[in-house]
Amino acid sequence: MITLESSLICTCVRAPLRARRAWPAALLLLHALAASAVDAEWPMASGDYANTRYSTLADIDTSNVGTLAEAFAFDTGVERGQEAAPIVVGGTLYLLTAWPNVLYALDLTRPGAAVKWKFEPHPAPRAQGEACCDVVTRGIAYADGTVFMVTLDGQAIAVDAATGAERWRTPLADVAHGETVTMAPLVVKDRMLVGNSGGEMGVRGWLTALDTHTGAVAWRAYSTGPDRDVLINHSRYAPFYPTDRGTDLGVATWPPEAWKRGGGGAWGFVSYDPALDLLYYGTANPGPWNPEQRAGDNKWTSGVFARRPGDGTAAWFYQWSPHDRHDYDGINEMMLLDLDWQGARREVLVHPDRNGYVYVLDRKNGEVLAADPFVTVNTSTGVDLKTGRLQYDPGKDPRAGLTIRNVCPAAPGAKDWQPSAYSPRTGLLYLPHQHLCHDAQTYTTSYIAGTPFLGVTAQMNGMAGTSRGAFTAWDPLARRARWTLPEVFPVWSGALATAGDLVFYGTLDGWFKAVDARSGKPLWQQQTGSGIIGQPMAYRGPDGREYVAIMSGVGGWAGAVSSGCLDRRDGTAALGFVGAMKDLPMPEVKTGVLHVYALP
Amino acid sequence: MRCPELACLALIVCLAGCERETRHFTADVPGPAYPGPRAQTGTVAGRAENPYARNAYAVNEGKRLFRWYNCNGCHAEGGGGMGVPLMDAEWRYGDRPVDVFTSIHDGRPDGMPAFGGRVTDDQIWRLAAYVRAIEGRVASATAPNRDDSLQEAKPETRRAGQ
Repeated sequence: MITLESSLICTCVRAPLRARRAWPAALLLLHALAASAVDAEWPMASGDYANTRYSTLADIDTSNVGTLAEAFAFDTGVERGQEAAPIVVGGTLYLLTAWPNVLYALDLTRPGAAVKWKFEPHPAPRAQGEACCDVVTRGIAYADGTVFMVTLDGQAIAVDAATGAERWRTPLADVAHGETVTMAPLVVKDRMLVGNSGGEMGVRGWLTALDTHTGAVAWRAYSTGPDRDVLINHSRYAPFYPTDRGTDLGVATWPPEAWKRGGGGAWGFVSYDPALDLLYYGTANPGPWNPEQRAGDNKWTSGVFARRPGDGTAAWFYQWSPHDRHDYDGINEMMLLDLDWQGARREVLVHPDRNGYVYVLDRKNGEVLAADPFVTVNTSTGVDLKTGRLQYDPGKDPRAGLTIRNVCPAAPGAKDWQPSAYSPRTGLLYLPHQHLCHDAQTYTTSYIAGTPFLGVTAQMNGMAGTSRGAFTAWDPLARRARWTLPEVFPVWSGALATAGDLVFYGTLDGWFKAVDARSGKPLWQQQTGSGIIGQPMAYRGPDGREYVAIMSGVGGWAGAVSSGCLDRRDGTAALGFVGAMKDLPMPEVKTGVLHVYALP
Repeated sequence: MRCPELACLALIVCLAGCERETRHFTADVPGPAYPGPRAQTGTVAGRAENPYARNAYAVNEGKRLFRWYNCNGCHAEGGGGMGVPLMDAEWRYGDRPVDVFTSIHDGRPDGMPAFGGRVTDDQIWRLAAYVRAIEGRVASATAPNRDDSLQEAKPETRRAGQ
């Protein structure tokens, strides 16, 4: 009966004839569910516009994941941190490496996934010295026969997906002033969205939209400065809280001129709600890190913007961490979910922030419905739901000349960039994160173009009484954790949830893991030989089978101690992260290898 | 009432002492020697040696300038980050004083900015002298001692290679 059903479904798989011939007929009988064009593909780093990183594929499930085995691997030869998600469209897998940002297309219809083409953009080597936290990229996007990528030195490039030929190239970032780009672009209609990095270098943050056909800049929205630069049109701008209303707050909430180098980059993932036609993205920390040099709320840093993709104008803004004290960038992903919230269907935005709280916002207007700590937090006491304002503990505020110890969470926050997943089957969020605290001392710093603009010396440690890494299932309705898996090192990889009720993630000591999405029970793991900081994804191959893919290659801020060959005797290295990473296995093998797994 | 006052004073002294950084009584074991290419030849400004190599005041000035010019933002206290570590034995562009001077003055292609023209040559020599102290290659009588502020690595007087 199963065979018959599978055979019938097989005929529905829209695989190229050539590919079907390439695989034994027996493999085609393994399909458990009908394949659709959507679940076969993974066209952007986050999987979908809502940033759920949920795959509807269920061939690999809790009963058979134990037999998962490597189908093929691909060595990029780039030995820096590999944070990017591979994407799959039309039987081809596209992959962007860390600097020097080589783009590969692998033909999945051929056994072993042979290289179809390779595109080398040759970014400026000097960009390596301006990127704060290893020379990573977080991925690419596909639309209309084109792959969209950005180099570390900030060149947005459109590449023909069939041939690997360059269609256009637009330089966006000023490397001489510390600007780089590490984020994965998003394509919405005919707009390619790109944000900058460099909050540690005194850049001025922005999100830029380019025309996907020509590469021309359609609009640029700054995160600081006068309203005309921030694209705030007061007739169309309606934030929920009074503190975000007013003229030119991007100037008025700073000391004179400080907004010009005030940070607020947009280096995280962008979400999009097609029904509301709104983009959502977070802004990074203000600069310099030393908060005593920038009195005021420092708008519009460490917050979230809702913008219209057509002209970039802001619909609303909310600030997670006003006048950020501890390097709490607000760039973590915004998951767009429709939840039954206290008896009513609400269109919400769920965001686990570096400051330690999981926020649930009404994504139509930016109202905070809930903000609950998911780790031990001592830098603040909570979020006032009437005013929306984070309540800082002044005892942890940096003050010149004083060493403030045991600041929890530390600068990378309770959770950094590593993107979460959400499963509609379990209703749970899956958070890869860390338990770190830091000691910090601030001092007055001067702005020198192209050099760090920090004014702080910090060093991190594991939080007392817990593991440095954690993988937590969070119930957004019950507003509490269901289960937490401890990990030795910060979990710096993204998460993937599948309809097979599995959750995948990787660890800095090289394990790629699958756990039961409901219970958290570990079901499968494989050693990849190098630390994992990438983003797992799933796709249906041209042969009809489900595959799960991950990049392995230690690095990122957490793994910089290995990828940058840093000296472990100095705990303040890598902006203090080395203090918490001195026992990362040494010698850690540096690789940049794509690993793809399937059932045997 | 004197006794509680004395106890109070002793407590204050103790607590003040807590804020100092850890004392290190032993030097680090030197790291493995870098087997790669050695320095290129040539001199800058006609000097093969750093005039401040044995000048404790200038080396300490170099340490102040190291933070002043944001060098520490990339190189930390020597362990590195955005920039390479300076406390290990690996010198990509050479370890002679003139090589260190050139790295600071002219920059290097993988991200080191050029400070020549923005900073006086005299200050660059002071910085170069301190960079050698970071690795522990100046006499401990010349190297800076324990910081009063947050210092996670061992003080320069207690590093390898003296």
